[in-house]
Amino acid sequence: MKPRHKRMAMIAGGLAALGIAAAFVLAAFRENLVFFFTPTQVEAKEAPQGRAFRIGGMVVPGSVKRQADGVTVQFVVTDTAKNVPVVYRGILPDLFREGKGVVTQGKLGGDGIFYASEVLAKHDENYMPPAAADAIKQAQSINEKATHTLVEGGAGRK
Amino acid sequence: MIPELGQLALALALCLALAQGLLGLVGAARGEPVWMAATRPAARGQFAFIAIAFACLTASFVSNDFTVGYVASNSNSALPLQYRVAGVWGGHEGSMLLWVLMLSVWTFGVTLFSRHLPQDMVARVLGVMGLVSVGFLLFILFTSNPFLRLFPAPPDGHDLNPLLQDPGMVMHPPMLYMGYVGFSIAFAFAVAALLSGRLDAAWARWSRPWTTAAWCFLTVGIALGSGWAYYELGWGGWWFWDPAENASFMPWLVGTALIHSLAVTEKRGAFRSWTVLLAILAFALSLLGTFLVRSGVLTSVHAFATDPTRGIFILALLALVIGGSLLLYVWRAPKIGLGGDFEPLSRESMLLANNVVFAAAAGSVLLGTLYPLALDASGLGKISVGPPYFDTVFVPLMTPALFLMGVGPLARWKKASLPDLASRLRWALAASVVAALTLPFAMGRWGALVALGLLLAVWVAASGFVQLYEKVRNAAGGVSAWTRLSSVPRATYGMLLAHFGVAVFVVGVTMVKAYETEKDVRMEPGDTVEVGGYTFRFDGVRDVTGPNYVAGRARITVNRNGSLVSTLYPEKRIYKVQNNVMTEAAIDTGFTRDLYVSLGDAVSDTAWVVRVYHKPFVDWIWGGCLLMALGGALAASDRRYRLAARRPQEQYVAAAVR
Repeated sequence: MKPRHKRMAMIAGGLAALGIAAAFVLAAFRENLVFFFTPTQVEAKEAPQGRAFRIGGMVVPGSVKRQADGVTVQFVVTDTAKNVPVVYRGILPDLFREGKGVVTQGKLGGDGIFYASEVLAKHDENYMPPAAADAIKQAQSINEKATHTLVEGGAGRK
Repeated sequence: MIPELGQLALALALCLALAQGLLGLVGAARGEPVWMAATRPAARGQFAFIAIAFACLTASFVSNDFTVGYVASNSNSALPLQYRVAGVWGGHEGSMLLWVLMLSVWTFGVTLFSRHLPQDMVARVLGVMGLVSVGFLLFILFTSNPFLRLFPAPPDGHDLNPLLQDPGMVMHPPMLYMGYVGFSIAFAFAVAALLSGRLDAAWARWSRPWTTAAWCFLTVGIALGSGWAYYELGWGGWWFWDPAENASFMPWLVGTALIHSLAVTEKRGAFRSWTVLLAILAFALSLLGTFLVRSGVLTSVHAFATDPTRGIFILALLALVIGGSLLLYVWRAPKIGLGGDFEPLSRESMLLANNVVFAAAAGSVLLGTLYPLALDASGLGKISVGPPYFDTVFVPLMTPALFLMGVGPLARWKKASLPDLASRLRWALAASVVAALTLPFAMGRWGALVALGLLLAVWVAASGFVQLYEKVRNAAGGVSAWTRLSSVPRATYGMLLAHFGVAVFVVGVTMVKAYETEKDVRMEPGDTVEVGGYTFRFDGVRDVTGPNYVAGRARITVNRNGSLVSTLYPEKRIYKVQNNVMTEAAIDTGFTRDLYVSLGDAVSDTAWVVRVYHKPFVDWIWGGCLLMALGGALAASDRRYRLAARRPQEQYVAAAVR
């Protein structure tokens, strides 16, 4: 092989290796994406079954209950329109409070309960996680629209 | 008075930085020796003024001057002195000031250790660094001035975020920024090379110790941040693949590629364009990291949209620096040439493979960090990319890199022979295979990933010993073992030590991933729980008072086979000023394991939820990082960089005599 050919071959080999690495990274990326859903979307069955996703919203005041083992916690997450019951086993973050924003990751069970593997509340007491704030804002704007439709086109629902 | 003095000092520093930048670059372009000579004093003056400004801000913090808005929002009169000092870089404005302080420290260092460099090279390097400094000083003065007064002044400060009230957090930002900003020297050298068209082995030799030194600081900075997250966040994890962490990891990955690529450029003159590109990218990613963490996009892309001045400014700076240098690269790089030729099996090709791996790794982190942000910013939905993605990507990417780490340093430059390498490495291979097959059983359970991790760790360590043995055997130092050992260059020891650090790190990661145990339990006083062969007894919680917090402190006694191992005091603190709750974990650190206890919530008057971890070999993770940094420091202080200093001048003299 001439030096020029050799260099070309090496560049081609390098590019091929890079291509394989890129393809592999992208595949891993698609497989491990975690999507975010609001309680309204969960209620509307838009969220996947059997795959992990995140929900966000506000912890309904008075909904936090501990089961007998002391470690499993139940609470309800709301976007003010719809509610999703959540079960989590473990220690809640320091900033987890009733009436405050929360984002949690887990899987939806067939019983409609969200089994959380992770509860995130990385924020200070005045701050709502953006995803949670968004969920509430979205639900409220849908609510407004819904009321508008009810007023304007009263017979919309059959 | 003091804050105004600080602001004045910053403005003067800006003038000097501008002078340093323009005199350096224009002077070098026009060949004006007087202009070029003026860059050194300008750079030193700039350092002095920025240091004065920094001292002024520190003085305001120490004297609790709450008329200064930045002090009022990041300190409190009840805050202990060391955290008042650390509060200087506890918020956005102060950390930007720390950033330029670090930049001027590095610039000052260049003015001290560049006597042997050609004058135009020094002028260009200082000129580029001066312009970078101009950008950041403008940013501070116009969008993030830490010296602004607050009227009316509050009676007391809003306090430093309790998470930051910790010794690890005191050291983490300065180290990290030393690393980030240190890459500006590699960047400045790269731009100077592009401008002058001079890019040879000597250039690589000048830029190498600086790059390695910056890499060491970055390594220590990242390790400190990881250690801080481990004991301060109370979750027991050491790396979360959080965007803020990724922001510091990307420059590290590219920086690692860069120091290896520089080695080839210095020794063989090859990879020139690639090295220059990496130097630009390493600094670009450092800037991107600063942007990500400091503009507020991470907490919320919408926060960025509501107060865009800062973000837009950094983004513009980013576009200018990265775009400008990449344009310059496209324009000038073809002139640099590709450099020496090599065979597909050679040390060059293996280092090239290392570079491909690290570039791919940096790309994958970039994708996982920026894609969710971009999607959110364009309103296409919210996604998150968590540890599973990064874990899936990093194991297969790093496996070939670790394998090559054993082979590469033994391979010859230009052309290596496979049978020769195989026979030199056969014992290392045997040792690692035996370790992979047997060691997991000693820990109780064999698993494919554990075996792979241990295989690679032992492979790196054992081949390191082969490398050391061969170096010493071939060393021309004389007969006695000691003279031979001391004739091996310090840079070689540095490389071996850093690679050994990687082996230690891999052991830590592998063991803790495979064998850690975690239990969350509800405990009444007197209850016991068994984790990892240790018995933890909960003795109840009592109230304690700290300087600026109140806390419930539990006592947990740890026994093993009936004998006392340790007594741990985890706390649940409430910081009074902001009314923040903080979990303070208690850790018993050991060579082969950590016992980690943190308090959850009180579930009744006496019962608490307690989280107990047994983490085998977890401290090896940070130990490995420190060894890497130490190895880098050894390599950067090699004699040849100081000797090489004199050589070009000697050559000039020799040429003149002839």
